[in-house]
Amino acid sequence: MTRRFMFDGQPVAFEDGQTIMEAARAAGHFIPYLCWHPDFPPHGSCKLCIVKVGGRHVSSCALPAKEGMEVESNTPEINAERRALLQMLFVEGNHFCPSCEKSGNCQLQALAYELEMTSARFNHIFPDRPVDASHPDMLLEFNRCIFCELCVRASRDVDKKSVFSLTNRGIHKHLVVSAESGRLGDTDFSRDDLAANICPVGVILRKRVGFAVPIGQRIYDEKPISQVSMEAEK
Amino acid sequence: MTRPKLRIATTSLAGCFGCHMSFLDIDEHLFELVELVEFDRSPLTDIKHCGPCDIGLIEGGVCNAENVHVLREFRNNCKTLIAVGACAINGGLPAQRNHLELGACLREVYEFRDGLSGGQVPNDPELPLLLDKVHPIHEVVRVDYFIPGCPPSGPTIWKFLSDLIAGRTPRLTHSLMHFD
Ligand code: SF4
Repeated sequence: MTRRFMFDGQPVAFEDGQTIMEAARAAGHFIPYLCWHPDFPPHGSCKLCIVKVGGRHVSSCALPAKEGMEVESNTPEINAERRALLQMLFVEGNHFCPSCEKSGNCQLQALAYELEMTSARFNHIFPDRPVDASHPDMLLEFNRCIFCELCVRASRDVDKKSVFSLTNRGIHKHLVVSAESGRLGDTDFSRDDLAANICPVGVILRKRVGFAVPIGQRIYDEKPISQVSMEAEK
Repeated sequence: MTRPKLRIATTSLAGCFGCHMSFLDIDEHLFELVELVEFDRSPLTDIKHCGPCDIGLIEGGVCNAENVHVLREFRNNCKTLIAVGACAINGGLPAQRNHLELGACLREVYEFRDGLSGGQVPNDPELPLLLDKVHPIHEVVRVDYFIPGCPPSGPTIWKFLSDLIAGRTPRLTHSLMHFD
């Protein structure tokens, strides 16, 4: 007999070992996320995928589904918490979307649209992290990093190059390039690496394609992220 | 019975007037709007100070002392204050100077720029003093609503205002929600 749990009041079937995120997605329910990726083990750092199970907050990307669980996800309470997390990410970096090449293709921005975040609410920190344009094909704009570590994981586990890592803790945490000079141009990073193509925001950018697709005609200009993300499931 | 008209005030602080241009892009809705509202202080009326109003629309962030005075005047007079556009909401383009030291920034523009020899940083007492950082308006006063976009499109501004004027909670659907 198939086992089920309740997701926002609807039964969702699951198989052994599936997380709440995987089972919910397979059943057609979108859960917001930034650091989760279908091809990688759960990372659990962005906390956008929090849901409430039996009154407790859990990361749905990491928690295995269990028979009879009651999961709350798309509720005003949880969405308000997700919005607050997004707002903190916006003020921690420098997200001036109108001049960002990723605008319209950016998952952080798309989730802000999805969760109706109209303002960043908190005081902006306006960090000053210099841009690294030393690589012939790629550009690094560190001021937009959200610390999802997708580039770190892709470069280490798939490309086998370990080009990126995070250093320091708390508000001082930041992305660094593993080269003695600290510059991307001094690594064997290539634009065909998975790490060059996995950044959900506008940190790791390909040069010379910036606005080839005009603003207004990009992925999340056309459709909300809840729709785009679920199309990959089919 | 005709409803008394709502009073609206608008201003541009550290902005480019692009949001005001976009406001005019509501095109024929302007005819509907003037039936429902009248304008107080605004670049459209050239009234210099804001009186008691129902709605205040603020474009631009806060980059100098005059912006602070104007913003406070709006907050004191407007029942509902709305931040319109990227600069009012997060500082926008002017705030991209925030990681630079202000003095160095001014000297770069007025003294060291190519073709400027013997130039000086303007210091006429009539000029409002610059703040060392550009701030979104919600860091200075309480803001009731935010209309994102650079600029928000005419349809976005119209949707928001028509909701508000009709007494509905303003809500932007996906196609009207843009940060760029
Ligand atoms: S990374 Fe995303 S949220 Fe940040 S400035 Fe670019 S488009 Fe905006």
